[in-house]
Amino acid sequence: MAEFWSGFLLPLIIMVLQILAITVPLLVAVAFMTYAERKIMGAMQMRQGPSIVGPFGLMQPFADGLKLFAKEQILPEGANRVVFYIAPMLTFFLALIAWAVIPFDYGVVLSNINVGVLYLFAISSLGVYGIVMAGWASNSRYAFLGALRSAAQMVSYEVSMGLIIITVLLCVGSLNLTEIVRAQEKVWFCIPLLPMFVMFFISALAETNRAPFDLPEGESELVAGFMVEYSSAPFALFFLGEYANMILMSAMTSILFLGGWLPPLPFAPFTWVPGIVWFALKIAFCLFTYVWVRATVPRYRYDQLMRLGWKVFLPLSLFWVVLTAGVLVTFGWLPK
Amino acid sequence: MILQGIAFYVFAALLVASGVMVISARNPVHSVLFLILAFFQAAGLCLLMGAEFIAMILVIVYVGAVAVLFLFVVMMLDINFRELRKGAMEALPLGALVGLILLAELAAVVGGWIVAPNVAAIAGAPTPSIDQVSNTQALGRLMYTQYVYLFQASGIVLLIAMIGAIVLTLRHRPGVHKQNIGVQIARRREEVVAIRKVTTGEGV
Repeated sequence: MAEFWSGFLLPLIIMVLQILAITVPLLVAVAFMTYAERKIMGAMQMRQGPSIVGPFGLMQPFADGLKLFAKEQILPEGANRVVFYIAPMLTFFLALIAWAVIPFDYGVVLSNINVGVLYLFAISSLGVYGIVMAGWASNSRYAFLGALRSAAQMVSYEVSMGLIIITVLLCVGSLNLTEIVRAQEKVWFCIPLLPMFVMFFISALAETNRAPFDLPEGESELVAGFMVEYSSAPFALFFLGEYANMILMSAMTSILFLGGWLPPLPFAPFTWVPGIVWFALKIAFCLFTYVWVRATVPRYRYDQLMRLGWKVFLPLSLFWVVLTAGVLVTFGWLPK
Repeated sequence: MILQGIAFYVFAALLVASGVMVISARNPVHSVLFLILAFFQAAGLCLLMGAEFIAMILVIVYVGAVAVLFLFVVMMLDINFRELRKGAMEALPLGALVGLILLAELAAVVGGWIVAPNVAAIAGAPTPSIDQVSNTQALGRLMYTQYVYLFQASGIVLLIAMIGAIVLTLRHRPGVHKQNIGVQIARRREEVVAIRKVTTGEGV
Protein backbone atom coordinates (compact mmCIF):
# COMPACT_ATOMS: atom_id res chain seq x y z
CA MET A 1 0.00 0.00 0.00
CA ALA A 2 2.81 2.39 0.91
CA GLU A 3 4.47 1.64 -2.41
CA PHE A 4 1.21 2.28 -4.25
CA TRP A 5 0.97 5.61 -2.43
CA SER A 6 4.53 6.84 -3.06
CA GLY A 7 4.99 5.27 -6.48
CA PHE A 8 1.68 6.03 -8.10
CA LEU A 9 -0.86 8.07 -6.15
CA LEU A 10 1.44 10.82 -4.89
CA PRO A 11 2.97 11.57 -8.32
CA LEU A 12 -0.56 11.59 -9.73
CA ILE A 13 -1.75 14.16 -7.18
CA ILE A 14 1.33 16.31 -7.76
CA MET A 15 0.77 16.12 -11.50
CA VAL A 16 -2.88 17.16 -11.19
CA LEU A 17 -1.90 20.10 -8.96
CA GLN A 18 0.75 21.15 -11.50
CA ILE A 19 -1.79 20.99 -14.30
CA LEU A 20 -4.19 23.13 -12.27
CA ALA A 21 -1.37 25.60 -11.56
CA ILE A 22 -1.01 26.11 -15.31
CA THR A 23 -4.65 25.91 -16.40
CA VAL A 24 -6.30 28.19 -13.85
CA PRO A 25 -3.98 31.19 -14.43
CA LEU A 26 -4.31 30.55 -18.16
CA LEU A 27 -8.09 30.77 -18.04
CA VAL A 28 -7.92 33.92 -15.92
CA ALA A 29 -5.48 35.33 -18.49
CA VAL A 30 -7.95 34.46 -21.25
CA ALA A 31 -10.74 36.27 -19.40
CA PHE A 32 -8.66 39.40 -18.95
CA MET A 33 -7.34 39.15 -22.51
CA THR A 34 -10.86 39.73 -23.82
CA TYR A 35 -11.15 42.71 -21.49
CA ALA A 36 -7.73 44.05 -22.52
CA GLU A 37 -8.60 43.68 -26.18
CA ARG A 38 -11.78 45.71 -25.81
CA LYS A 39 -10.03 48.34 -23.71
CA ILE A 40 -7.06 48.72 -26.08
CA MET A 41 -9.24 48.83 -29.16
CA GLY A 42 -11.46 51.34 -27.39
CA ALA A 43 -8.46 53.55 -26.68
CA MET A 44 -7.26 53.24 -30.28
CA GLN A 45 -10.69 54.23 -31.58
CA MET A 46 -11.07 57.05 -29.04
CA ARG A 47 -13.85 55.53 -26.99
CA GLN A 48 -13.95 54.05 -23.49
CA GLY A 49 -14.40 50.34 -23.89
CA PRO A 50 -16.11 48.40 -21.08
CA SER A 51 -16.32 50.63 -18.00
CA ILE A 52 -19.54 49.79 -16.15
CA VAL A 53 -19.13 46.39 -14.43
CA GLY A 54 -16.75 46.69 -11.49
CA PRO A 55 -13.91 49.23 -11.16
CA PHE A 56 -12.75 50.29 -14.66
CA GLY A 57 -15.04 47.57 -16.02
CA LEU A 58 -12.65 44.88 -14.72
CA MET A 59 -15.48 42.45 -13.96
CA GLN A 60 -16.78 42.63 -17.54
CA PRO A 61 -15.29 39.27 -18.71
CA PHE A 62 -16.95 37.44 -15.81
CA ALA A 63 -20.29 39.09 -16.53
CA ASP A 64 -19.90 38.06 -20.17
CA GLY A 65 -19.05 34.50 -19.18
CA LEU A 66 -22.06 34.28 -16.88
CA LYS A 67 -24.28 35.62 -19.64
CA LEU A 68 -22.93 33.08 -22.14
CA PHE A 69 -23.44 30.09 -19.88
CA ALA A 70 -26.94 31.20 -18.90
CA LYS A 71 -28.07 31.31 -22.51
CA GLU A 72 -30.09 28.62 -24.26
CA GLN A 73 -28.20 25.89 -26.13
CA ILE A 74 -29.46 25.46 -29.65
CA LEU A 75 -28.81 22.39 -31.78
CA PRO A 76 -29.63 23.21 -35.41
CA GLU A 77 -31.98 20.89 -37.25
CA GLY A 78 -30.08 18.42 -39.45
CA ALA A 79 -26.86 18.98 -37.50
CA ASN A 80 -24.66 16.02 -36.70
CA ARG A 81 -25.17 15.95 -32.95
CA VAL A 82 -21.99 14.18 -31.80
CA VAL A 83 -19.56 16.01 -34.07
CA PHE A 84 -21.34 19.31 -33.36
CA TYR A 85 -20.55 19.01 -29.64
CA ILE A 86 -17.10 17.43 -30.01
CA ALA A 87 -15.81 20.31 -32.16
CA PRO A 88 -15.81 23.07 -29.48
CA MET A 89 -14.51 20.64 -26.87
CA LEU A 90 -11.64 19.67 -29.19
CA THR A 91 -10.74 23.31 -29.83
CA PHE A 92 -10.64 24.07 -26.12
CA PHE A 93 -8.79 20.84 -25.27
CA LEU A 94 -6.08 21.45 -27.89
CA ALA A 95 -5.62 25.02 -26.74
CA LEU A 96 -4.92 23.73 -23.21
CA ILE A 97 -2.74 20.63 -23.74
CA ALA A 98 -0.12 22.54 -25.70
CA TRP A 99 0.86 24.32 -22.47
CA ALA A 100 2.30 21.08 -21.09
CA VAL A 101 5.68 21.72 -22.74
CA ILE A 102 6.00 25.51 -22.35
CA PRO A 103 8.94 26.39 -20.04
CA PHE A 104 7.98 29.34 -17.82
CA ASP A 105 11.42 29.65 -16.26
CA TYR A 106 14.56 27.51 -16.18
CA GLY A 107 13.28 24.09 -15.12
CA VAL A 108 9.71 25.30 -14.54
CA VAL A 109 7.96 23.12 -17.09
CA LEU A 110 5.36 20.41 -16.74
CA SER A 111 6.95 18.03 -19.23
CA ASN A 112 10.44 18.73 -20.56
CA ILE A 113 10.36 16.52 -23.65
CA ASN A 114 13.09 16.29 -26.27
CA VAL A 115 10.83 17.12 -29.20
CA GLY A 116 9.04 20.08 -27.58
CA VAL A 117 8.92 22.25 -30.69
CA LEU A 118 7.50 19.42 -32.77
CA TYR A 119 4.85 18.80 -30.12
CA LEU A 120 3.81 22.46 -30.18
CA PHE A 121 3.79 22.46 -33.98
CA ALA A 122 1.70 19.27 -34.06
CA ILE A 123 -0.84 20.63 -31.59
CA SER A 124 -1.16 23.95 -33.38
CA SER A 125 -1.67 22.14 -36.69
CA LEU A 126 -4.50 20.13 -35.13
CA GLY A 127 -6.42 23.31 -34.32
CA VAL A 128 -7.98 23.23 -37.76
CA TYR A 129 -10.03 20.13 -36.86
CA GLY A 130 -12.22 21.91 -34.34
CA ILE A 131 -13.13 24.48 -36.97
CA VAL A 132 -13.64 22.05 -39.85
CA MET A 133 -15.76 19.72 -37.72
CA ALA A 134 -17.84 22.62 -36.45
CA GLY A 135 -18.42 23.90 -39.97
CA TRP A 136 -19.41 20.51 -41.31
CA ALA A 137 -21.58 19.42 -38.39
CA SER A 138 -23.58 22.66 -38.30
CA ASN A 139 -25.18 21.78 -41.64
CA SER A 140 -25.19 25.41 -42.64
CA ARG A 141 -23.72 27.07 -45.73
CA TYR A 142 -22.10 29.95 -43.89
CA ALA A 143 -20.46 27.65 -41.37
CA PHE A 144 -19.28 25.28 -44.10
CA LEU A 145 -17.71 28.09 -46.14
CA GLY A 146 -15.93 29.30 -43.02
CA ALA A 147 -14.62 25.80 -42.35
CA LEU A 148 -13.31 25.37 -45.89
CA ARG A 149 -11.54 28.71 -45.80
CA SER A 150 -10.02 27.87 -42.46
CA ALA A 151 -8.73 24.48 -43.61
CA ALA A 152 -7.04 25.93 -46.69
CA GLN A 153 -5.63 28.88 -44.77
CA MET A 154 -4.18 26.91 -41.87
CA VAL A 155 -2.58 24.27 -44.08
CA SER A 156 -0.99 26.99 -46.22
CA TYR A 157 0.56 28.94 -43.39
CA GLU A 158 1.75 25.86 -41.55
CA VAL A 159 4.23 25.16 -44.34
CA SER A 160 6.07 28.45 -43.98
CA MET A 161 5.80 28.21 -40.21
CA GLY A 162 7.53 24.84 -40.28
CA LEU A 163 10.39 26.28 -42.34
CA ILE A 164 10.74 29.22 -39.95
CA ILE A 165 10.95 26.81 -37.01
CA ILE A 166 13.65 24.87 -38.90
CA THR A 167 15.68 28.07 -39.22
CA VAL A 168 15.56 28.53 -35.46
CA LEU A 169 16.43 24.89 -34.89
CA LEU A 170 19.49 25.23 -37.11
CA CYS A 171 20.79 27.92 -34.76
CA VAL A 172 20.01 25.88 -31.63
CA GLY A 173 20.82 22.28 -32.51
CA SER A 174 18.03 20.88 -30.34
CA LEU A 175 14.25 20.54 -30.41
CA ASN A 176 13.94 21.01 -26.66
CA LEU A 177 12.23 24.29 -25.75
CA THR A 178 14.45 24.88 -22.71
CA GLU A 179 17.54 24.44 -24.89
CA ILE A 180 16.08 26.87 -27.45
CA VAL A 181 15.73 29.56 -24.79
CA ARG A 182 19.19 28.88 -23.35
CA ALA A 183 20.72 29.22 -26.82
CA GLN A 184 19.53 32.84 -26.82
CA GLU A 185 21.55 33.86 -23.78
CA LYS A 186 23.98 35.87 -25.95
CA VAL A 187 21.49 37.36 -28.37
CA TRP A 188 17.76 36.88 -28.88
CA PHE A 189 16.96 35.28 -32.22
CA CYS A 190 14.71 38.18 -33.19
CA ILE A 191 17.87 40.18 -33.95
CA PRO A 192 19.82 37.88 -36.30
CA LEU A 193 16.61 36.36 -37.70
CA LEU A 194 14.52 39.53 -37.83
CA PRO A 195 12.72 38.75 -41.15
CA MET A 196 11.85 35.28 -39.81
CA PHE A 197 10.48 36.84 -36.62
CA VAL A 198 8.16 39.11 -38.60
CA MET A 199 7.05 36.27 -40.85
CA PHE A 200 6.47 33.99 -37.88
CA PHE A 201 4.30 36.60 -36.24
CA ILE A 202 2.23 37.08 -39.40
CA SER A 203 1.90 33.31 -39.84
CA ALA A 204 0.79 33.07 -36.21
CA LEU A 205 -1.94 35.61 -36.96
CA ALA A 206 -3.09 33.46 -39.87
CA GLU A 207 -2.82 30.27 -37.81
CA THR A 208 -5.05 31.64 -35.05
CA ASN A 209 -7.53 33.11 -37.56
CA ARG A 210 -7.04 36.60 -36.25
CA ALA A 211 -7.46 39.88 -38.09
CA PRO A 212 -6.38 40.63 -40.82
CA PHE A 213 -6.70 36.91 -41.62
CA ASP A 214 -10.03 36.27 -39.88
CA LEU A 215 -11.73 35.12 -43.07
CA PRO A 216 -13.12 31.93 -41.49
CA GLU A 217 -15.20 34.20 -39.25
CA GLY A 218 -15.59 37.10 -41.64
CA GLU A 219 -18.58 38.67 -39.93
CA SER A 220 -19.23 41.04 -42.83
CA GLU A 221 -19.75 38.22 -45.34
CA LEU A 222 -20.14 34.90 -43.49
CA VAL A 223 -22.01 36.29 -40.46
CA ALA A 224 -19.66 34.50 -38.03
CA GLY A 225 -18.30 31.71 -40.23
CA PHE A 226 -17.90 28.35 -38.51
CA MET A 227 -19.34 29.64 -35.22
CA VAL A 228 -22.62 30.88 -36.67
CA GLU A 229 -24.78 28.01 -35.32
CA TYR A 230 -23.20 27.87 -31.87
CA SER A 231 -24.68 29.42 -28.77
CA SER A 232 -24.18 29.31 -25.02
CA ALA A 233 -21.51 27.00 -23.58
CA PRO A 234 -20.19 25.50 -26.88
CA PHE A 235 -19.71 29.02 -28.22
CA ALA A 236 -17.94 29.97 -25.00
CA LEU A 237 -15.59 27.01 -25.47
CA PHE A 238 -14.72 28.19 -28.99
CA PHE A 239 -14.14 31.66 -27.66
CA LEU A 240 -11.91 30.48 -24.81
CA GLY A 241 -10.02 28.16 -27.15
CA GLU A 242 -9.37 30.93 -29.63
CA TYR A 243 -7.97 33.28 -27.02
CA ALA A 244 -5.95 30.53 -25.33
CA ASN A 245 -4.49 29.78 -28.76
CA MET A 246 -3.55 33.42 -29.16
CA ILE A 247 -1.73 33.36 -25.84
CA LEU A 248 -0.07 30.08 -26.82
CA MET A 249 1.15 31.51 -30.12
CA SER A 250 2.49 34.55 -28.27
CA ALA A 251 4.31 32.24 -25.87
CA MET A 252 5.74 30.33 -28.83
CA THR A 253 6.92 33.58 -30.44
CA SER A 254 8.55 34.63 -27.15
CA ILE A 255 10.32 31.28 -26.77
CA LEU A 256 11.53 31.02 -30.35
CA PHE A 257 12.53 34.64 -30.95
CA LEU A 258 12.31 36.79 -27.82
CA GLY A 259 14.40 34.69 -25.48
CA GLY A 260 11.64 33.16 -23.33
CA TRP A 261 12.29 33.86 -19.64
CA LEU A 262 15.66 35.58 -20.24
CA PRO A 263 16.00 39.23 -19.18
CA PRO A 264 16.75 41.71 -21.99
CA LEU A 265 20.18 42.52 -20.58
CA PRO A 266 22.14 40.03 -18.47
CA PHE A 267 23.08 42.29 -15.53
CA ALA A 268 21.87 43.56 -12.19
CA PRO A 269 18.58 45.44 -12.27
CA PHE A 270 17.21 43.15 -14.97
CA THR A 271 18.31 39.87 -13.43
CA TRP A 272 16.54 40.72 -10.13
CA VAL A 273 13.19 40.29 -11.86
CA PRO A 274 12.20 36.60 -11.91
CA GLY A 275 12.19 34.92 -15.32
CA ILE A 276 8.51 34.13 -15.27
CA VAL A 277 7.75 37.86 -15.13
CA TRP A 278 9.89 38.53 -18.20
CA PHE A 279 8.14 35.68 -19.97
CA ALA A 280 4.72 37.10 -19.08
CA LEU A 281 5.79 40.58 -20.21
CA LYS A 282 6.93 39.22 -23.58
CA ILE A 283 3.67 37.35 -24.03
CA ALA A 284 1.77 40.52 -23.12
CA PHE A 285 3.78 42.47 -25.69
CA CYS A 286 2.91 39.96 -28.43
CA LEU A 287 -0.75 40.00 -27.42
CA PHE A 288 -0.79 43.78 -27.52
CA THR A 289 0.58 43.61 -31.06
CA TYR A 290 -2.21 41.17 -31.99
CA VAL A 291 -4.81 43.68 -30.84
CA TRP A 292 -2.93 46.57 -32.40
CA VAL A 293 -2.92 44.80 -35.77
CA ARG A 294 -6.61 44.06 -35.44
CA ALA A 295 -7.43 47.71 -34.79
CA THR A 296 -5.23 48.91 -37.66
CA VAL A 297 -5.31 46.61 -40.68
CA PRO A 298 -8.33 45.83 -42.89
CA ARG A 299 -9.19 42.20 -43.66
CA TYR A 300 -7.30 40.49 -46.47
CA ARG A 301 -9.08 39.34 -49.59
CA TYR A 302 -8.99 35.56 -49.85
CA ASP A 303 -6.87 35.26 -53.00
CA GLN A 304 -4.39 37.75 -51.60
CA LEU A 305 -4.16 35.67 -48.43
CA MET A 306 -3.30 32.56 -50.44
CA ARG A 307 -0.82 34.48 -52.58
CA LEU A 308 0.93 35.80 -49.50
CA GLY A 309 1.21 32.34 -47.99
CA TRP A 310 2.37 30.37 -51.02
CA LYS A 311 4.10 32.90 -53.26
CA VAL A 312 5.74 35.20 -50.73
CA PHE A 313 6.23 33.45 -47.38
CA LEU A 314 7.08 29.97 -48.64
CA PRO A 315 9.93 30.98 -51.04
CA LEU A 316 11.23 33.57 -48.60
CA SER A 317 11.35 31.20 -45.63
CA LEU A 318 12.92 28.47 -47.77
CA PHE A 319 15.56 30.96 -48.89
CA TRP A 320 16.27 31.88 -45.27
CA VAL A 321 16.67 28.24 -44.27
CA VAL A 322 19.32 27.82 -46.96
CA LEU A 323 20.96 31.14 -46.13
CA THR A 324 21.08 30.41 -42.39
CA ALA A 325 22.48 26.94 -42.97
CA GLY A 326 25.07 28.38 -45.37
CA VAL A 327 26.19 31.09 -42.96
CA LEU A 328 26.38 28.65 -40.03
CA VAL A 329 28.49 26.17 -42.01
CA THR A 330 30.76 28.80 -43.60
CA PHE A 331 31.68 30.49 -40.34
CA GLY A 332 31.74 27.26 -38.35
CA TRP A 333 28.98 28.46 -36.00
CA LEU A 334 27.01 25.23 -36.13
CA PRO A 335 25.93 24.21 -32.62
CA LYS A 336 27.59 21.05 -31.40
CA MET B 1 6.00 -1.22 -16.10
CA ILE B 2 2.40 -2.16 -15.45
CA LEU B 3 1.30 1.33 -16.52
CA GLN B 4 3.14 0.91 -19.80
CA GLY B 5 1.40 -2.40 -20.34
CA ILE B 6 -2.01 -0.85 -19.71
CA ALA B 7 -1.16 2.05 -22.02
CA PHE B 8 -0.05 -0.33 -24.76
CA TYR B 9 -3.24 -2.35 -24.66
CA VAL B 10 -5.41 0.78 -24.55
CA PHE B 11 -3.65 2.25 -27.57
CA ALA B 12 -3.62 -1.04 -29.46
CA ALA B 13 -7.28 -1.84 -28.78
CA LEU B 14 -8.38 1.67 -29.74
CA LEU B 15 -6.22 1.51 -32.88
CA VAL B 16 -7.84 -1.72 -34.03
CA ALA B 17 -11.32 -0.52 -33.06
CA SER B 18 -10.98 2.77 -34.91
CA GLY B 19 -9.52 0.91 -37.90
CA VAL B 20 -12.65 -1.23 -37.98
CA MET B 21 -14.83 1.86 -37.67
CA VAL B 22 -13.04 3.47 -40.65
CA ILE B 23 -14.38 0.81 -43.00
CA SER B 24 -17.70 0.20 -41.27
CA ALA B 25 -18.89 3.77 -40.57
CA ARG B 26 -21.82 4.76 -42.77
CA ASN B 27 -20.83 8.38 -43.16
CA PRO B 28 -17.50 8.92 -44.98
CA VAL B 29 -16.75 12.00 -42.86
CA HIS B 30 -17.03 9.81 -39.77
CA SER B 31 -14.67 7.36 -41.48
CA VAL B 32 -12.04 10.06 -41.92
CA LEU B 33 -12.47 11.17 -38.29
CA PHE B 34 -11.92 7.59 -37.15
CA LEU B 35 -8.88 7.39 -39.41
CA ILE B 36 -7.48 10.43 -37.58
CA LEU B 37 -8.16 8.69 -34.27
CA ALA B 38 -6.27 5.67 -35.59
CA PHE B 39 -3.28 7.87 -36.51
CA PHE B 40 -3.27 9.19 -32.95
CA GLN B 41 -3.24 5.72 -31.45
CA ALA B 42 -0.35 4.75 -33.75
CA ALA B 43 1.53 7.85 -32.59
CA GLY B 44 0.87 6.79 -29.01
CA LEU B 45 2.33 3.34 -29.71
CA CYS B 46 5.42 4.96 -31.25
CA LEU B 47 5.82 7.07 -28.10
CA LEU B 48 5.65 3.95 -25.93
CA MET B 49 8.51 2.47 -27.94
CA GLY B 50 10.56 5.62 -27.35
CA ALA B 51 10.31 6.75 -30.98
CA GLU B 52 9.24 10.27 -30.05
CA PHE B 53 10.40 11.92 -33.28
CA ILE B 54 8.46 9.47 -35.48
CA ALA B 55 5.37 9.91 -33.29
CA MET B 56 5.41 13.71 -33.63
CA ILE B 57 6.11 13.58 -37.37
CA LEU B 58 3.24 11.13 -37.76
CA VAL B 59 0.88 13.59 -36.10
CA ILE B 60 2.23 16.62 -37.97
CA VAL B 61 2.30 15.07 -41.44
CA TYR B 62 -0.62 12.66 -41.43
CA VAL B 63 -3.05 14.26 -38.99
CA GLY B 64 -2.03 17.88 -39.48
CA ALA B 65 -1.80 17.92 -43.26
CA VAL B 66 -2.82 14.77 -45.13
CA ALA B 67 -5.98 14.03 -43.17
CA VAL B 68 -7.07 17.68 -43.33
CA LEU B 69 -7.02 17.50 -47.12
CA PHE B 70 -8.77 14.11 -46.95
CA LEU B 71 -11.52 15.60 -44.82
CA PHE B 72 -11.65 18.59 -47.13
CA VAL B 73 -12.26 16.39 -50.19
CA VAL B 74 -14.69 14.02 -48.49
CA MET B 75 -16.77 16.90 -47.14
CA MET B 76 -16.89 18.57 -50.54
CA LEU B 77 -17.90 15.42 -52.43
CA ASP B 78 -21.58 14.77 -52.73
CA ILE B 79 -21.60 10.98 -52.90
CA ASN B 80 -24.53 8.64 -52.94
CA PHE B 81 -23.42 6.21 -50.25
CA ARG B 82 -25.69 3.35 -51.33
CA GLU B 83 -24.26 3.45 -54.86
CA LEU B 84 -20.79 3.38 -53.35
CA ARG B 85 -21.63 0.36 -51.21
CA LYS B 86 -22.76 -1.66 -54.24
CA GLY B 87 -19.36 -1.19 -55.86
CA ALA B 88 -17.62 -2.13 -52.63
CA MET B 89 -18.89 -5.72 -52.78
CA GLU B 90 -17.43 -6.14 -56.30
CA ALA B 91 -14.03 -4.94 -55.13
CA LEU B 92 -14.11 -7.29 -52.13
CA PRO B 93 -12.11 -10.21 -53.69
CA LEU B 94 -9.33 -7.87 -54.78
CA GLY B 95 -9.24 -6.20 -51.36
CA ALA B 96 -9.18 -9.58 -49.65
CA LEU B 97 -6.26 -10.64 -51.86
CA VAL B 98 -4.23 -7.53 -50.92
CA GLY B 99 -5.06 -8.12 -47.26
CA LEU B 100 -3.97 -11.75 -47.49
CA ILE B 101 -0.65 -10.84 -49.12
CA LEU B 102 0.06 -8.29 -46.35
CA LEU B 103 -0.87 -10.85 -43.70
CA ALA B 104 1.44 -13.43 -45.27
CA GLU B 105 4.28 -10.90 -45.33
CA LEU B 106 3.73 -10.05 -41.67
CA ALA B 107 3.73 -13.75 -40.85
CA ALA B 108 7.00 -14.17 -42.77
CA VAL B 109 8.62 -11.36 -40.78
CA VAL B 110 7.44 -12.70 -37.43
CA GLY B 111 8.44 -16.23 -38.48
CA GLY B 112 11.89 -14.92 -39.37
CA TRP B 113 12.27 -13.54 -35.85
CA ILE B 114 11.31 -16.84 -34.32
CA VAL B 115 13.56 -18.94 -36.57
CA ALA B 116 16.58 -16.64 -36.22
CA PRO B 117 16.20 -14.28 -33.25
CA ASN B 118 19.36 -12.31 -34.07
CA VAL B 119 18.19 -11.39 -37.59
CA ALA B 120 16.60 -8.14 -36.42
CA ALA B 121 19.84 -7.08 -34.80
CA ILE B 122 21.76 -7.71 -38.03
CA ALA B 123 19.27 -5.88 -40.23
CA GLY B 124 18.93 -2.85 -37.95
CA ALA B 125 21.74 -0.31 -38.12
CA PRO B 126 23.75 -0.01 -34.91
CA THR B 127 21.92 2.83 -33.16
CA PRO B 128 23.30 4.08 -29.86
CA SER B 129 21.12 3.78 -26.79
CA ILE B 130 18.62 6.52 -25.97
CA ASP B 131 20.49 7.89 -22.94
CA GLN B 132 23.57 8.65 -25.06
CA VAL B 133 22.02 10.38 -28.03
CA SER B 134 18.50 11.73 -28.55
CA ASN B 135 16.08 10.17 -30.97
CA THR B 136 16.23 13.01 -33.47
CA GLN B 137 20.02 13.07 -33.57
CA ALA B 138 20.25 9.31 -34.04
CA LEU B 139 17.85 9.44 -36.98
CA GLY B 140 19.65 12.40 -38.52
CA ARG B 141 23.06 10.77 -38.24
CA LEU B 142 21.82 7.64 -39.95
CA MET B 143 19.83 9.35 -42.68
CA TYR B 144 22.43 11.91 -43.70
CA THR B 145 25.41 9.56 -43.62
CA GLN B 146 24.70 5.94 -44.37
CA TYR B 147 21.47 6.38 -46.30
CA VAL B 148 22.05 9.81 -47.81
CA TYR B 149 21.62 8.67 -51.43
CA LEU B 150 18.42 6.78 -50.70
CA PHE B 151 17.16 9.78 -48.75
CA GLN B 152 17.85 12.13 -51.67
CA ALA B 153 16.33 9.65 -54.11
CA SER B 154 13.10 9.48 -52.11
CA GLY B 155 13.03 13.27 -52.10
CA ILE B 156 13.32 13.31 -55.89
CA VAL B 157 10.53 10.74 -56.20
CA LEU B 158 8.26 12.96 -54.11
CA LEU B 159 9.23 16.00 -56.17
CA ILE B 160 8.36 14.18 -59.39
CA ALA B 161 4.99 13.14 -57.95
CA MET B 162 4.32 16.76 -57.04
CA ILE B 163 5.26 18.04 -60.50
CA GLY B 164 3.10 15.31 -62.03
CA ALA B 165 0.08 16.34 -59.97
CA ILE B 166 0.55 19.97 -60.97
CA VAL B 167 0.96 19.12 -64.66
CA LEU B 168 -2.19 16.97 -64.60
CA THR B 169 -4.37 19.61 -62.97
CA LEU B 170 -2.98 22.84 -64.36
CA ARG B 171 -5.07 24.42 -67.08
CA HIS B 172 -4.89 27.92 -68.41
CA ARG B 173 -8.32 29.42 -68.57
CA PRO B 174 -8.65 32.38 -70.88
CA GLY B 175 -10.52 35.47 -69.78
CA VAL B 176 -9.64 35.28 -66.09
CA HIS B 177 -8.73 38.62 -64.56
CA LYS B 178 -5.86 38.32 -62.17
CA GLN B 179 -4.42 40.95 -59.94
CA ASN B 180 -0.79 41.87 -60.43
CA ILE B 181 0.08 43.45 -57.12
CA GLY B 182 3.39 44.86 -58.35
CA VAL B 183 1.73 46.70 -61.22
CA GLN B 184 -1.05 47.89 -58.99
CA ILE B 185 1.26 49.33 -56.37
CA ALA B 186 3.43 50.95 -59.03
CA ARG B 187 0.51 53.01 -60.36
CA ARG B 188 0.74 56.71 -59.70
CA ARG B 189 -2.11 59.02 -59.01
CA GLU B 190 -1.45 61.15 -62.08
CA GLU B 191 -1.83 58.16 -64.41
CA VAL B 192 -5.25 57.07 -63.27
CA VAL B 193 -7.05 60.05 -61.75
CA ALA B 194 -7.94 63.18 -63.66
CA ILE B 195 -9.69 66.07 -61.95
CA ARG B 196 -11.87 68.16 -64.23
CA LYS B 197 -14.12 71.07 -63.65
CA VAL B 198 -17.56 70.27 -65.00
CA THR B 199 -19.70 73.19 -65.98
CA THR B 200 -23.42 72.76 -65.50
CA GLY B 201 -25.39 71.54 -68.51
CA GLU B 202 -22.34 70.68 -70.63
CA GLY B 203 -20.94 67.46 -69.18
CA VAL B 204 -17.36 66.29 -69.47
